[in-house]
Amino acid sequence: MDIEKELSELKAKVNSAPGMENKLSMVVFSGELDKQIASLIIATGAAAMGMKVVLFYTFWGTAALRDPSKKAGGKDFMGKMFGFMLPKGRNKLKLSQMNMAGAGTAMLKSLMTKKNVASLDQLFEAAGALGVEINICQMSMDLMGMKMEEMIDYPGMKVVGVASFLADAKESAVQLFI
Amino acid sequence: MSDYAVTKTLDCKGLACPMPIVKLSMEIAKMKVGEVVEMLSTDPGSLADVPSWAKSTGNAVVETKQDSGLIRFYVKRQK
Repeated sequence: MDIEKELSELKAKVNSAPGMENKLSMVVFSGELDKQIASLIIATGAAAMGMKVVLFYTFWGTAALRDPSKKAGGKDFMGKMFGFMLPKGRNKLKLSQMNMAGAGTAMLKSLMTKKNVASLDQLFEAAGALGVEINICQMSMDLMGMKMEEMIDYPGMKVVGVASFLADAKESAVQLFI
Repeated sequence: MSDYAVTKTLDCKGLACPMPIVKLSMEIAKMKVGEVVEMLSTDPGSLADVPSWAKSTGNAVVETKQDSGLIRFYVKRQK
């Protein structure tokens, strides 16, 4: 029996097993401020730890990627309604708890400034600089009538489907859903 | 224990999680292998996070000093 050969075969097997890449795949489903902050803190932290990071924005999460200074034309009635009802960008998000008609959100934001916790703006900037990838779910965009023209400028941001997320998730050592 | 030369100081005072390790990782990327950065932090969480970061990225915390809330990490780029 050739131990060296068996060892190298075993190593190759382990290295090609699912979930062995130093990579984080995260579904960002929620559109609330607190959950978006948590997502971005984990994402930037992971990127700083040397992990490859891919974020898959879907459903309510996509509203955080809207750019309030941009407009997209040619929407149907439902698209316009969604556009009107959903927060226009990351700075319009509300807390998932203790929002208290906006008072809670304002209080949290002022606390974050006071305690020098990075804002979503700073976190997105850090994410971009660290090479965190952002993918947006095509179906969510379609469903809510959102268009790429109204989304933020983010390096390499693209529209994908669930297969892309699964392909990323399968090879990632860490997968999260927030 | 001072058998290393500090190449540069990175001020992360007042910053909260995750910014200390975000800044540290960006700084390390600019350094040469073997160089040591002195990182200043006031975030108690960084006491656990900086060594975890180093372990995971293959770098080394050569020394940690603490006095009244100020933490000084000496981090060496290993690879």
